[in-house]
Amino acid sequence: MRLDIILRVIAKLLIPFALVFALYVQFHGDFGPGGGFQAGVIVAASVIFYALIYGLPAARRVVPDALVEILLAVGVLIYAGVGVIGLLLGGNYLDYFVLAGDPVHGQHRGILWVELGVLITVAAVMLKVFYVFAGRRRDAGEGGE
Amino acid sequence: MLTQHFPALLVVVPLIAAPLIVLVRRSLPSWIIALLATAATFGIALSLLDRTLAEGTLSYAMGSWAPPLGIEYRIDAAGAFVAVIVAAMGLIVMPYSRVGIAAEVRNEEHYLYYALMMLCLAGLLGILVTGDAFNVFVFLEVSSLATYVLIAMGRDRRALMAAYQYLLMGTIGATLYVVGVGLLYLETGTLNLADMATRLPMASDSRAVLAALAFITVGISLKIALFPLHLWLPNAYAYAPSPVSAFLAATATKVSIYVLMRYFFSIFGESAVFDARATGAILLGLSLAAMFIPAIVAIFQHDMKRLLAYSSVSQIGYITLGISMDSVDGLMASAMHLFNHALTKGGLFLVLGGVVLRCRGASFDRLAGLGQTMPVAAFAMVVGGLSLIGVPGTAGFISKWYLVSAAIHLGQWWLVGAVLASSLLAVIYVWRFVEVAYFRAPPADHPPPGEAPLSMFVPALLMIGGCVYFGLDATWSSEVATRVAEVLMNSRSGGQ
Amino acid sequence: MTLASHFSYWTTILLLMVGLFIVIARDNLIKKLIGLGIFQTAVYLLYIAPGKLIGGVAPIVGSGFAVYSNPLPHVLILTAIVVGVATLALGLALVVRIKEAYGSIDEDEILAIDAQDDASPTPDHEGG
Repeated sequence: MRLDIILRVIAKLLIPFALVFALYVQFHGDFGPGGGFQAGVIVAASVIFYALIYGLPAARRVVPDALVEILLAVGVLIYAGVGVIGLLLGGNYLDYFVLAGDPVHGQHRGILWVELGVLITVAAVMLKVFYVFAGRRRDAGEGGE
Repeated sequence: MLTQHFPALLVVVPLIAAPLIVLVRRSLPSWIIALLATAATFGIALSLLDRTLAEGTLSYAMGSWAPPLGIEYRIDAAGAFVAVIVAAMGLIVMPYSRVGIAAEVRNEEHYLYYALMMLCLAGLLGILVTGDAFNVFVFLEVSSLATYVLIAMGRDRRALMAAYQYLLMGTIGATLYVVGVGLLYLETGTLNLADMATRLPMASDSRAVLAALAFITVGISLKIALFPLHLWLPNAYAYAPSPVSAFLAATATKVSIYVLMRYFFSIFGESAVFDARATGAILLGLSLAAMFIPAIVAIFQHDMKRLLAYSSVSQIGYITLGISMDSVDGLMASAMHLFNHALTKGGLFLVLGGVVLRCRGASFDRLAGLGQTMPVAAFAMVVGGLSLIGVPGTAGFISKWYLVSAAIHLGQWWLVGAVLASSLLAVIYVWRFVEVAYFRAPPADHPPPGEAPLSMFVPALLMIGGCVYFGLDATWSSEVATRVAEVLMNSRSGGQ
Repeated sequence: MTLASHFSYWTTILLLMVGLFIVIARDNLIKKLIGLGIFQTAVYLLYIAPGKLIGGVAPIVGSGFAVYSNPLPHVLILTAIVVGVATLALGLALVVRIKEAYGSIDEDEILAIDAQDDASPTPDHEGG
């Protein structure tokens, strides 16, 4: 792969745009089709793209395994945490109405955080699956589910 | 007040514990988090049972979106009863796991084990508490996916194949269930179970509803391991790590049975399921087959774990037999056996886990002479075995008693004979263990006399003790089971 | 009740049968998973197809639109797809480890190896 200069340059050009597009999909999910799930997959896909062109070790330097595993848990915690905050503010679990003075703003705020949690977890899970499968022979002996 | 949020917290507590465990990673702290979460869950489940017995159905609107538009969590005495069984089993398995998995799961994977147990617990409890048909599927898959991985953690390489087979069968079962729910959704336009139940009578003659009943019954029966859909179960139980076997044997199939009861009695309604169609006869036939054929297979096993697994398939037959009777008595016997069998089989697998740890295997060769090397464990196994047979003084007797009296109530005398005959088969397979443990010399490399570590031994003996306690004093269990049966029977006509 | 008016249902049924047949009839563990995937995909179709109204648009309120498609089936199936992805990933991971433990991904061969082990038991196989 080292000599494929076209691939390497194009990849470097494309990946930032892919990440920005992921953010667009994420935040536009409020008003139109989109949301954390799709955005998370795009984020993971751009990292996987990087790994395909520059090799798995390079990708693991950019997004280390340990970070992926932490993010994986943090995303779920953000999601569940929004629910608990709604509960603490006097609503039911996952109640967004109470998150802001105005119920409509509360819904906006709630879905924003929840989708952030979804984005993080989906991206991390996708990456984790990719790392585990791709690194299987490389780090033989280190099992993974 | 926090108590009003208990229906949600029942699922949320273990669900939050899982990512926390992934964050801490180290074995001991993750065990502590798991232990605290299961203890809290058990407390919540108990309080829910208490409240549903006193107040009837509890409804909780997720995110304050009123049902049937929003997702509703809805729990009544029947759901809370099974939730208590699941949460109690979780609480008993957790202290046991600390030592129990050390020999079978590598140290750096311990936190994954605990996180998966939490997810499995959250999934199982979610099935019980949710009032949304599609939610049931999601929770079913959450618990199943966790279960597949837990089984694959077994030390034997056959655990992998067992997990793979369970994954195929379980996914097919869940997918068939989704097909059924899809048909119901097309027919009624709602996914809320209570709403669906009120709308279904208007469409009960439609062929789509009939197809939905068939799809849901077969799909859930795969998860129940109802004979002849049980092929995944023996290997899955036999090769999973011991605490996982115990947890699954006591909970996973029981929760699926609850789902089946729900659909039969609360959603479709007993007249649509039993009076108008041959469902009862089919279920009766399969239950009878389950009571005999797997019990005969169990007699010829050479491995105690596999023997117990086949015995589970056979005991599930008693529970579905009670359902097929389509009476309050039959359902009450089913609920009783659901509880008593969870207690017995969970206890047996826990005792066996301690034995496996010391004897390095569950084959009869390894267990020979257990009466000398591990006298208390061998005795506990025999007591559990007596409960499987249904000897008076054990929990198994009580539920078989109610089952037999329900059959007599319906005038089905030949069913009494069938229950007794299949109990005789249980005598034979339990006797095989007695023979191996007491009348054979220990293997040459047998372990020195002594029992399993205390943290494994105490939970196991608690369960077996429970077998005897609920066999002698069945007031609490029979009262609750009666309420459960009444709730299930009346939930469609009056209880809404 | 013509063939054409229930086109999507016939497709669903066909795919369900094809998927289930592959799961049952193939010995190769990966092919079985492919069959399982087809089986699940058929169900997605069962939900998605009735959600579409001819002439309906995405259910985002805007001026000039009166007919909207039902979004609920799509949301449900998005969830089902996620579940399907997780199942497939887990299934493939299991196949990888089965291949490492047995040296084969053919069900018959693996069962034969197991039967051989039963005949002449050797202590403890390491799965990982």
